[in-house]
Amino acid sequence: MSDPSAALSPRHIPDRLDGPFKRALKSWETLLLAVAIAIAIANSLASPYFLDPWNLSDATFNFTEKAILALAMTFVIISGEIDLSVASIIALASTAMGAAAEAGAGTPLLLLTGLSVGLCCGLFNGFLVARLGLPAIVATIGTMSLYRGIAYVVLGDQVYKNYPADFAVFGQGYAVWIFSNEFVTFLILALVAGVVLHRTVFGRQVYAVGNNALAASFSGVKVRRIKFIVFLMTGVAAGLASVMLTSRLGSTRPSIAVGWELDAVTMAVLGGVSINGGSGNILGVVIAAFVMGLVTFGLGLLNVPGIVMSIFMGLMLILVIALPLVAQRINNHRRAR
Amino acid sequence: MNTIRSLLARREALLVLACLILLVAITARFPAFSTPRNLAGVFNDTSILIMMALGQSAVILTKSIDLSVAANVALTGMTVAMLNHLAPGLPLVVLILVALAMGMLLGAINGFLVWWLDIPAIVVTLGTMTIFRGLAFVLSGGAWVNAHEMSRPFLELPRTVLLGLPVLSWAGLLAIVLAALLFTRTGLGRAFYATGGNAVAAVYAGIDIGKTRFLAFVLSGTVAGLCGYLWVSRYAVAYVDVASGFELDTIAACVIGGVSTIGGVGTVGGVVLGALFLGIIKNALPVIGISPFWQMAISGAIIITAVVINARGERVKGRIILRRKELPL
Repeated sequence: MSDPSAALSPRHIPDRLDGPFKRALKSWETLLLAVAIAIAIANSLASPYFLDPWNLSDATFNFTEKAILALAMTFVIISGEIDLSVASIIALASTAMGAAAEAGAGTPLLLLTGLSVGLCCGLFNGFLVARLGLPAIVATIGTMSLYRGIAYVVLGDQVYKNYPADFAVFGQGYAVWIFSNEFVTFLILALVAGVVLHRTVFGRQVYAVGNNALAASFSGVKVRRIKFIVFLMTGVAAGLASVMLTSRLGSTRPSIAVGWELDAVTMAVLGGVSINGGSGNILGVVIAAFVMGLVTFGLGLLNVPGIVMSIFMGLMLILVIALPLVAQRINNHRRAR
Repeated sequence: MNTIRSLLARREALLVLACLILLVAITARFPAFSTPRNLAGVFNDTSILIMMALGQSAVILTKSIDLSVAANVALTGMTVAMLNHLAPGLPLVVLILVALAMGMLLGAINGFLVWWLDIPAIVVTLGTMTIFRGLAFVLSGGAWVNAHEMSRPFLELPRTVLLGLPVLSWAGLLAIVLAALLFTRTGLGRAFYATGGNAVAAVYAGIDIGKTRFLAFVLSGTVAGLCGYLWVSRYAVAYVDVASGFELDTIAACVIGGVSTIGGVGTVGGVVLGALFLGIIKNALPVIGISPFWQMAISGAIIITAVVINARGERVKGRIILRRKELPL
């Protein structure tokens, strides 16, 4: 972009394509998997208790909710937009559930409340971006402030904690052996997201919109509708994450899940989703979720405070995008000579 | 009639009107609010927002965004406060230079990543936002620097009254004048507009858009660095969560002031009025007796409204002649 002459230079076309095996070996996902394994080994060396099945089970808790956000964020980013309001949707949905619980609502109603608040927030985001055509960054910065702001208006410095006992099942229950309800839900959702993104017409259309919205609309893709649906999905995912987080913590403050939008975006980008839209896949995001979960858990074992961990998240976000670009620069430079 | 209509179409006039209506409404119930003294107080309270919003507007004009400004304030503010605490003998000029240099460096890091690697500004500054604030924690170990640990000149500078106004207000006024000169009377200022307005045309006009963006980030960072000192000194305390979420206020001031987030559109007057509008609301809430917890929701609602209004204005104009898509790829 910054240099028009660079765009005009001939593209490098290899003489022969790599075979499928070699390509898989060189892929981003393989690299991520290697990193994940390396971190797991480092963690198990650092602490003898790391490989204990229950310890591993605990390790999944601190990233499944964020990973569910990241799955939906993947769709948004691939479609060429971004949703910075997800963490605020969690706060608003959690506040609504808290108020409902205070009014004596049972667990099924609470689940419904959380999901429908998420849906409404996603609906509003989608309306602003897809319908009114506002730039997603500013629109969702606005709703980010609005949603959490409403949570603050309702709660102030108070806290909701009168959740019914059986509400804890979403965040604290176990499906089979060491596999928590949260984790199993995440795995199922990841599978669904993978199928929808990679095996359906809708999924292909999300890519088309992100690559070139104009060309997509000329090809008959309903660009606005796709964007709208994608924001709806993020809203519902945030609502679900809110149910899980609230159920796990058993309490709601307006500052719940502050900064999670960064983690969700980082997971997606770390998973190989291009921030400019149009490329990426679910498998990468799922592995990236594990990498981030293992890193934070490992740092936690080393007693690193949360805010210092967030430095790692920020660095990771920038480095993951920067390193391939730097490598590409060096490569181009070498080839030019 | 036509003059009135064209005047009303301008964002500045609309904002002046909005501010006046707001003031009249508040004064109707609380006459003391609109005394010159209190209004000067409101301006003083809004000075930091005005300065940082002007820095932010330079970045937004070039079609980027700087989410790291508030974290920059926290890190720079913590640095100078700790320097002041550890070496009380250090002259204030040195501390202010440190604040400026450090803010500039942090801004340059953002700008460099955006310029050299072409990473979208939102991603870069989302990352540096947490890194800067995290570093403030690492630096201070989570401890606070309190008023009694700061030297007298360090605390007194923003409060010193010169010609009837505190230095903090003068800093705000100076920033407005400098920004007006920079944006309208210099090559760099016009390059900000050109870069955001139409990057391809700007390149053909011989403007290095990467470098222009870099300089916008440097400017925004430097202003944030200075505000780091002003903030810590004004509130007489430095801690990790200083100015938390303030980046949203700077963006809100820009958007309310008519700065287009697609780049290339906006004026200094608009940004200043946008900041003042927010400042009046913020100062009026406790007077009217509304809980400060409302503030976040209100500014969110205002941001959304302003973006909607801005988008309408842009649709009518159709000012882009040479589209980006027409660049041979």
